[in-house]
Amino acid sequence: MSQHTKEVFYGLYNDEEDLIHAIKEANAQHLDIMDVYTPFPVHGLDKVMHLEESRLHIAGFIFGSIGLLTAFGFMTWVFTRDWPIIFGGKPYWSVPAFIPITFELTVLFAAIGMVVSFYTVCGLGPGVSNPILDERITDDKFCIAFETTDADLGALQAFFKKTGAGEVHTKTI
Amino acid sequence: MHAPVAPVRTSLIEGHKSYHDITEDLCAPTEKAPSLSWIIAFIISIATMSFGLFSLAWTIWFGIGSWNLNRTIGWGYDITNFVWWIGIGHAGTLISAILLLFRQKWRTGVNRAAEAMTIFAVVCAGLFPATHTGRPWFDFFMFPYPNTRGPLWVNFNSPLLWDLFAISTYFTVSLLFWYTGLVPDFATVRDRAVGFRKKLYNVLSFGWTGSAKHWQRWEALCLVLAGLATPLVLSVHTIVSFDFATSVIPGWHTTIFPPYFVAGAIFSGFAMVLTLMIITRKILNLQEYITINHIESMNKVILLTGTIVGVAYLTELFIAWYSGYLYEQFAFFNRAMGIYWWAYFGMMACNVLSPQIFWIKKYRRSIYITFLMSIFVNIGMWFERFVIIATTLARDYLPSSWSYYTPTWVEIGIFIGTLGIFFTLYLLFTRLAPVVAVAEVKHILKSAGDQYIGERAKGTQGSEAIHESAH
Repeated sequence: MSQHTKEVFYGLYNDEEDLIHAIKEANAQHLDIMDVYTPFPVHGLDKVMHLEESRLHIAGFIFGSIGLLTAFGFMTWVFTRDWPIIFGGKPYWSVPAFIPITFELTVLFAAIGMVVSFYTVCGLGPGVSNPILDERITDDKFCIAFETTDADLGALQAFFKKTGAGEVHTKTI
Repeated sequence: MHAPVAPVRTSLIEGHKSYHDITEDLCAPTEKAPSLSWIIAFIISIATMSFGLFSLAWTIWFGIGSWNLNRTIGWGYDITNFVWWIGIGHAGTLISAILLLFRQKWRTGVNRAAEAMTIFAVVCAGLFPATHTGRPWFDFFMFPYPNTRGPLWVNFNSPLLWDLFAISTYFTVSLLFWYTGLVPDFATVRDRAVGFRKKLYNVLSFGWTGSAKHWQRWEALCLVLAGLATPLVLSVHTIVSFDFATSVIPGWHTTIFPPYFVAGAIFSGFAMVLTLMIITRKILNLQEYITINHIESMNKVILLTGTIVGVAYLTELFIAWYSGYLYEQFAFFNRAMGIYWWAYFGMMACNVLSPQIFWIKKYRRSIYITFLMSIFVNIGMWFERFVIIATTLARDYLPSSWSYYTPTWVEIGIFIGTLGIFFTLYLLFTRLAPVVAVAEVKHILKSAGDQYIGERAKGTQGSEAIHESAH
């Protein structure tokens, strides 16, 4: 994440319904929201914030395909090229017997690939500590944050007051 | 936002909880000093674990000869316990993955603990095949790595190798799924902690902030992982059953094994979840989050899967008779009437007959009966694996090699030791992480909290909010 500090102006709401209404209001006033923080996944938030659908499942498909090809290709190479052995009178290239391992590696590659992609794109991981606006955001507060640099503070103050934010703070992160 | 809830649904969170109450209640066990009951349980677990590790060391030092396996009965306690533990693990994935896909809200009360149970059960299970190879220091031979013997590869056509891949994948995917679910909850604990605990949970929580975009990706990830884990969990026990079904031993060589093993795995796993949850909710004061409604739902699954297993037992008997195949008929006659008749009747009584009491609602909702039943099912499913493995091998094609098997103290020691390992890990988990998924419970509060739904709902305020948000 970026290292330079920025001043953030944020309001805390007590309920996710208020949060959704506030975001709709912010959209109507053309206010530029920096980010929204919630203690749990609030459904409908991505729609009002115009967040694009996550593409993680596409990554999962690609990683899974790599796993599938790796497993099937490797077993094919071993049993037809590198060291062909007859097991139980079956053909060297006994496809049905390759299915279980092919399936397992498809799942394994897809899962590991997606999880690593998730933490990478979110900028999360072991040893990462991101600045925290308010410690109650992971408890019961719903937060809308604005960057103060390019915003009219008076308008933001009025916005928070109108939408019923319980608390309003400024913090440099 | 929240889906409208049918009026027949009962509440899953009791006590008119606010979001903050949920945080307080669920994080409290990680913050307080351990209770006396926890300390006593931990000492007992550590003691049994130590005995198990001693027995394991004994096996490795003196070799497999310290077990009572013989040329006729090559699989005994080791594979019985392996299959038993793997089966127990399956309920965790079922609750966290399959019930997520089916949008069953009651999963949120128990999914975290059930997934933890899965991981610990797979750890216990893995010990058995790893030691029964006889020379566990050569276990890496099982992986296809470029070696100086050719390279000579492993046999990719062997179900035992499929099992290695299935269980390694299962363990890895379960761990990733579980930890990803834990990250936001570790952040909740982090933001309440001070001093060393703050540093610890700062590392564990991976720098989680609760950003809307992160939550969106987190949900997408959990959904796809659930989609992957669902066929995975079915494949794992299917492949375990292939270890038997692809052999030419009468009594093992049956096509019914995969579905029958999967149903049995879910059956035994739910029993273990109930055993753990009934104790956990009492000791950690979580009765308002793991309610009687949760227990009833799990008892319904026990009833269903227990009945499926019962149908499978009867189908086996019918097919043995109907096939007209002498060896198959003998194998099943031997199971019920042979030297191990007591194991067969233990299995039938615990797995097929006893769960039938759950047709009665009063018993489904009784804590004591449920607890007793969960122990019965655990015992019954252990017998099932023992019946399949030991009784079948004891009477093979050659009467001259017929044999009988009783475990030595070393084998019993390893089995008891895995129970110790399992409970030690579980007890540590209850101290380190919220046992109930904090964020997920908050997420369902407005559709499952008792102030919004059920008899104790406050006016129509809640349902209005739900209707409004449904638009």
